[in-house]
Amino acid sequence: MPEISRDEVAHLADLARIDLDDAELDHLAPQLNVILESVASIRGVAGDDVPPTSHPIPLTNVFRDDVPAPCLTAEQALSGAPASEDQRFSVPRILGDEQ
Amino acid sequence: MSWIKKTAAELADALAAGEVTSVELTQAHLDRIAAVDGDATAGVHAFLHVDAEGALAAAEASDKRRAAGAPLHHLDGVPIAVKDVLATQGLPTTCGSKILEGWIPPYDATVVRKIKAAGLPILGKTNMDEFAMGSSTEHSAYGPTRNPWDQTRIPGGSGGGSAAAVAAFEAPLAIGTDTGGSIRQPGAVTGTVGVKPTYGAVSRYGLVALANSLDQAGPVTRTVLDSALLQELIGGHDPLDSTSVDQPLPSLVDAARAGATGDLTGVRIGVISELSGDGWQPGVMARFQESVDVLVKAGAEVVEVSCPNFVHALAAYYLILPAECSSNLAKFDAMRYGLRVTPEGNPSSEEVMKASRDAGFGDEVKRRIIIGTYALSSGYYDAYYGQAQKVRTLISRDFEAAFESVDVLVSPTAPTTAFALGEKLDDPIAMYLNDLATIPANLAGVPGISVPAGLADEDGLPVGFQILAPALADDRCYRVGAALEALLTAEWGGPLLDKAPAVPENGTIR
Repeated sequence: MPEISRDEVAHLADLARIDLDDAELDHLAPQLNVILESVASIRGVAGDDVPPTSHPIPLTNVFRDDVPAPCLTAEQALSGAPASEDQRFSVPRILGDEQ
Repeated sequence: MSWIKKTAAELADALAAGEVTSVELTQAHLDRIAAVDGDATAGVHAFLHVDAEGALAAAEASDKRRAAGAPLHHLDGVPIAVKDVLATQGLPTTCGSKILEGWIPPYDATVVRKIKAAGLPILGKTNMDEFAMGSSTEHSAYGPTRNPWDQTRIPGGSGGGSAAAVAAFEAPLAIGTDTGGSIRQPGAVTGTVGVKPTYGAVSRYGLVALANSLDQAGPVTRTVLDSALLQELIGGHDPLDSTSVDQPLPSLVDAARAGATGDLTGVRIGVISELSGDGWQPGVMARFQESVDVLVKAGAEVVEVSCPNFVHALAAYYLILPAECSSNLAKFDAMRYGLRVTPEGNPSSEEVMKASRDAGFGDEVKRRIIIGTYALSSGYYDAYYGQAQKVRTLISRDFEAAFESVDVLVSPTAPTTAFALGEKLDDPIAMYLNDLATIPANLAGVPGISVPAGLADEDGLPVGFQILAPALADDRCYRVGAALEALLTAEWGGPLLDKAPAVPENGTIR
């Protein structure tokens, strides 16, 4: 049976860039365990001879002609941004303290 | 009978005959919304945003076209509601999430573009579980939608808003999206019709993705014919969606009309043996069996068919979907659109991102993102995500084998009728089980329809009958669905929704 510890949930949340507080970790960690237990039955169902399916209707290499087409203006593209400056998205500093 | 009770097909005919104007129809539906929709605390709450001004302006333009003898489409002027997961230029699009509160898309989804190009006034945006994750619409960050049959119960999900809107006569037509049953299951529990088209038959461009390989937009209506009319309008190849199928479907409206004659001579129907048994509500099974008997009387040949790998579908789905959604929702990073929460001090982008995603996402979204992150992490990838993809192959093979001997497969749409609001909110597994019968179609990309099958004896609530067909054979869903609808409606003496209690209006019952 898979077991996912509170610390592991905290680590996964970190990887997923979600700042879970202690109360949320207490609430979510046991629920995640129940979910993982319920999907664990899938292990070993299909053998090596079964190919994986990533898409229900197989399609390969869908291309379009390399010609310009109408697209959003810079103003439209920035219209939903929390902050913008000089026709660009404005973001907080990228590097952390230790970098 | 008032205009709002009529079907979209009847409304289109009335517009063509000059018996009513689009402005009158649109106003009648806006009045109905004002009377019954309420808000987060009371009322149906099918809508997150109502665009009275835009809808009436579109209706006026439609009336002018008609007066000039130049309607754009048979449905020109018939109002419609759109699930809040489709981008609508100039109208808020939240996906039921706080992280997109106030976002106004700068472009239209292809489905929305087609609706506008055909002249249908858009009444507003309908409520949904956050990013379409859920089976009850309770995971909406803006409060739940309530089932018009009983406002203490769920309307299904994730598209509870669209289903409730048509069930409460707030709109004759609505758009839904179905990733694991989000069109069909709400249809079942609200006594309405919902169709998940073949994967790729309707463009996903501008549909905020939950799980790309499973998502499909489709019609939400009160009759099978209306769904056929709407799917023909929104369907077709779209170069903007690279998974769009570049192949025409057989006429769906013709199939619905042929089915409505009630003759199914020669049609082979398979009852899926894995989708019944313990855990299936007796009243659901009773109505299902009666519907099967009705199809036999209509001339269909019915056999039982086994799809042995369907028992693994739920587990496969709840690995594939979180895996895809965890990467899809990475785009909500507080930089280009949506909520930005800035912690104290001089936080880095990463800290802003983490704080914003914590504040903007609800519990179910967090659960699925974390499960997906786990399933995709090295060391677990083969055991979970890799296995799930292989099981997906086995499920497709089950469908292929079944469709060698039958034309369509049938099952109840959902294992139970509408449950009480709050009952399963903090029990993810109990909630996931609602999708047991609808998920296999999404994994295999095949089309499915849910048609009302009557009311369960235990609680007097609607039961849905699901019909599944091979990929690109959506017409079969419509033919068999229309036949069942015609025969059951004749038996009942009118549509199932006639049996629904009157929806309380503002100031009456609370």
